[in-house]
Order: sequence, then structure tokens, then C-alpha cells
Amino acid sequence: MSTQTSGLAIETAGLVKTFGETRAVDGVDLTVPAGTVYGVLGPNGAGKTTTVKMLATLLRPDGGEAHVFGHDIVREADEVRGRVSLTGQYASVDEDLTGTENLVLLGRLLGHRKPAARTRAAQLLEAFGLTDAAGKQVKHYSGGMRRRIDIAASILNTPDLLFLDEPTTGLDPRSRNQVWDIVRAVVAQGTTVLLTTQYLDEADQLASRIAVIDRGKVIAEGTKGELKASVGAGSVHLRLRDAEQRPLAADLLRRALDARVQAEPDPVALTARLAAAASHDTAAEQAARALSELARAGVTVDNFSLGQPSLDEVFLALTGHDTRVSDASDTSDTSGQDDSHDPKDEVAA
Amino acid sequence: MSTTTTTESAELAPVRTDSLAELLVAEERPPRPSAWSASLTFGWRAILKIKHVPEQLFDVTAFPIMMVLMYTYLFGGALAGSPKEYIQFLLPGILVMSVVMITMYTGVSVNTDIEKGVFDRFRSLPIWRPSTMVGYLLGDALRYTIASVVMLTVGMILGYRADGGVPGVLAGIALLVLFSFAFSWIWTMFGLMLRTEKSVMGVSMMVIFPLTFLSNVFVDPRTMPGWLQAFVNNSPVTHLASAVRGLMAGDWPADEIAWTLGWAGLFVAVFGPVTMRLYNRK
Repeated sequence: MSTQTSGLAIETAGLVKTFGETRAVDGVDLTVPAGTVYGVLGPNGAGKTTTVKMLATLLRPDGGEAHVFGHDIVREADEVRGRVSLTGQYASVDEDLTGTENLVLLGRLLGHRKPAARTRAAQLLEAFGLTDAAGKQVKHYSGGMRRRIDIAASILNTPDLLFLDEPTTGLDPRSRNQVWDIVRAVVAQGTTVLLTTQYLDEADQLASRIAVIDRGKVIAEGTKGELKASVGAGSVHLRLRDAEQRPLAADLLRRALDARVQAEPDPVALTARLAAAASHDTAAEQAARALSELARAGVTVDNFSLGQPSLDEVFLALTGHDTRVSDASDTSDTSGQDDSHDPKDEVAA
Repeated sequence: MSTTTTTESAELAPVRTDSLAELLVAEERPPRPSAWSASLTFGWRAILKIKHVPEQLFDVTAFPIMMVLMYTYLFGGALAGSPKEYIQFLLPGILVMSVVMITMYTGVSVNTDIEKGVFDRFRSLPIWRPSTMVGYLLGDALRYTIASVVMLTVGMILGYRADGGVPGVLAGIALLVLFSFAFSWIWTMFGLMLRTEKSVMGVSMMVIFPLTFLSNVFVDPRTMPGWLQAFVNNSPVTHLASAVRGLMAGDWPADEIAWTLGWAGLFVAVFGPVTMRLYNRK
């Protein structure tokens, strides 16, 4: 009966859930250390929500096992329920009730006496900037407000583990940033967060470790850095003054950096992806060298930036298909396809 | 070219992460609520829903009034000589019939409610599992009480006199509400089992019409053919109607009360566990 000694919030082995013929979750192994944000990243239908529902004791697994803080999710479901909270993909609050009523209802269900439940509800509404909407039915809330009341409901009793299932799907960028702030505040107080998302930058922003899941299986797992390293060291983005110079610039970059160079839809933009272990130089040093090469050749660079590879690139590299299956993404690889030439180090001096 | 002024959305105040952090400092968690307390809280939820959508009281006000008026004047002259005499026999029965009919809305509301995201939250709470369902039924018990009071008032205006006085009437209503609470577990089962609201309604009608009409609500079963008497005399609705009629008339029909309570126990014992099984699997 070791509960906290392992330091693991979640541990699953070979978790399986089938719906008829489809294996929605097909042998998922996860190890989530306590006190961190763990990102589960994958496209729609990858099995993220099903995994979360099993871990939150809402669905019974068909195979494998899982422990939350050392408690078996099937045999000790009640123990698990006492320590987790869930914010589902669709608002998990009662739309017919007001914000206050929802929070008081849940406070009562969590064992608070009515005055304590009322106080807690008022404090949470205040902290979430919802005091003005406290007396309104939730069905009249905007998307951002719903998300807030939903998360507020999840932290009525500070949970040890919070499941956030696609917390920002459908939100505008501003509301999204605010949800991120909330998540950071929650984690800062020691709550473990399991975050599912199909937005790669969201996992990048919040999670310390990420599992990439596709078709019910974990296809990659590690820290952000590890995942990115599996694709490359980073990218150099350039905007040229003159579109005519782009082929020349692409050629120079390819030779100077030994990188895959990709022409962006914008006719003056270029992205060069630095290979992971191509050189013992840092990405910045390589970029500096590339810039001086370009200047020497007379190519005018208007804008320059150096970035880590995006998780989009990670996903593409891992699965061989885009995150959005139907929507052919707009990155047309017109040049620099040729990444087969071996990494020759041209480090000058 | 690009200014980085954030456009403040008019109605939404910012999240205050500092006060949020204070709220998150883990306090001692309160002890879990008792089964009864959790059920009452869900009952409170049902009442809040009535408060926000009072139109849903239509079926416990207008419908019962219509039932009393309709059957009193439709059958009164033919069956008892006059509506005034008939209502003395009919009122307890029509009260039973209407309230038992109203119970079927429970299935519809369970069916529409269960699909909503909030049930994921309820089901992930560390509370006594049946309390969500019991809460519905407690809220409905209030509706049944309202319907009973409305019908009794209309009946008294039409000339009904309860010889059992206030205690008899209260005992009759209490028995009716208790039976309806137990009987409603059939509807929670159908509400969880069937996929759409329409199918819940359809199945409910199939159950409720024969069960309520084939009883002693309108007439004495002795005029019915033997095979029908066999059914009617053993129907739970007949026992309930006889018990309520007796209580309101000032008798204490112990047999009929015992039969009614027995049926009520049976409904809970059979359909309660089936409901919970379906609920846990949803």
C-alpha cells in the first residue's frame, strides 16, 4: 500500500480500451511524475480522451492496468476519485445553473458545509474574474468564461491530480493564454496536471514531459528537449528583401549549414532546419556563420530568427503524417528535399 | 506596423493568479458527505432547475387539473348518477393515476441530462454513487406533492370531502409520494438504457397506460371479466388507489398499505440495482 512513496502520479501498463472493433486505446504505457505537467499530444481520435476517462475512473479499461498515486483505478476507484478532478472537453458544469450555484453544489458534494461552500464559491469566482457573471446561468457564458468556471469547479478542493482534456479547444488566443496562466498557477501549488491537447504549442508552453499518442499508441515519450532533438536542433527563419535572391540564399544555406532548407509560401521567406548532431557548434554559431555567408554573397536579409523546432515538425517526423489529417498543411517543400547528403562539417577555423 | 496593445474584452475581468494561488494552498479536505447529504444536494439541484425553468411545473399543475375535470364530468353522470357523487369515489384514484403518470417524465429528464458533460464530473466525485439518481427522485417527490395538493384543491372545489380529515389526507399523499419515488426507478432505468428521448417516451407510454387504466381508479373491478379482474386486483396501482382511498376516507386499510409498501420495496430492489449498473457503465 505505498501511496506517495513512488513519487508517481500516474503509472499505466498496457492500458487497452476497445469500442466494438476499434481499439481506441491500444496498450498505453505512461509514467507521470508527481508535481509536473504531463502533456499527452495527439490528433483527434488518437485515444487521448478515452485514456483520460479511464484514469478518472469514468471508463473501465478492457486490458492492462493503471495506478493513480498507487491506487488501482478499477479496484480502488473510490480512492482515486478522492484525489483527482476532471475538466472534460465539453463544459463539465450544469448549464442550467448559475456560476455560484454550480460551485456551491460541487462544494456541498465535496463535503463542505453550506456557508463554507458559499465562501469558497465566491472566492473562486473572484479569482477567476467571474464575479459579475456569478448570478448568470452558465449557458449564457462565453467560451472563455465556461472554461474558467469549469476549471474553478475542478479546483474546489485542490486536487492532487488534475485532468485537463483539451482545455483550450475552441478558445480565442486571449482566453487561451489565460487558461495557460491558470494551469501554471495550479501547478505552482504542487498539483500534478495531465494535459491532453492537439495544439502542439500548448504542450510546448506548459508540459515538462510529453507523450505523443497516435491511433491508441504512444509513439514517442520524453522531455520536450528530447522530442525535439529527435527531429533536429532548431530552425533558422529568414526573410529576404528580394524574392529573386531566394534560390541563391537557399543554396548557400544548404551548403553552409548542412540543413534542410524549405521555401515558405511567402516568396521571400526561408526556413533552414539544422540537423541534430551535424556539428559541434551551437545553433547560434551555425546561424551566425550562415548570415555572414549570405552577406558575403550580397543577399540582403530583412529579418532573421532562430527557433527551436516546433512540435508540428516533431509530430510529422514521428508519424509520417500531419497532425490534421484532412487538411493538407501549407508547407510546400519546394526545395531542399534532399536531406540524404551526408553531414560534412565545413567548420571554418 | 504591429502594436502590442492587448484589446481588453469588455465584460471579462482578468484571472487573478495571486488570489488563485492563495486558494490553491491545500487545506484539510472536509470529510466526505454522507449518502443522505449527497442525495439531498442533488435534490437541491433538481429544485434549482425548477426555479430556473418554472414552465416544467406545467405537468404537475395544468395536467392534473385537466384530469380531474375531464374524468369527473365525462364519467360522473353515467357511473354514479352525478359528477358530485362520482368525485367522492374518483378523486383519490385520479390522484394516484395522475401522479403515477407524471413519474414517467423522470426517465426523459434523466435521458437528456445524462448526455451532458456535468455527469462526467458527478461520476468522478468520491460520493455515494446512487445519490445522483436519488437526488432526481427527491426533486420529483416535490413535484408529486405539488400535483397532489393541486388536485385535492380542485377536488374539494368540486365537492370532494375527505372523511379521514387532515391526517388521512396527509397519510394518503405521503403513501402516494413514497410509492411514486420507488416506482420511478423503472424510469431511471429506461432513461439510462434507451438512446433517445423519443424512445424513452414511447416505452413509458406502453407501460404507463395499461398499468394505470387497468386498475380500480375509475370503476369497481367486479364489473370486469374474470381474467381482467385477476390482473386488476393484483396491480400495484389498484393496491395504491385502494390504500389512498381508504386513508382519505378515514379507514386504515392495513392490507392495502402493506401491499403498496411491498410493491414499492420490490421496485427499488429490482430497478434500483439495474439503474446503478447502467449508470456505472454509461
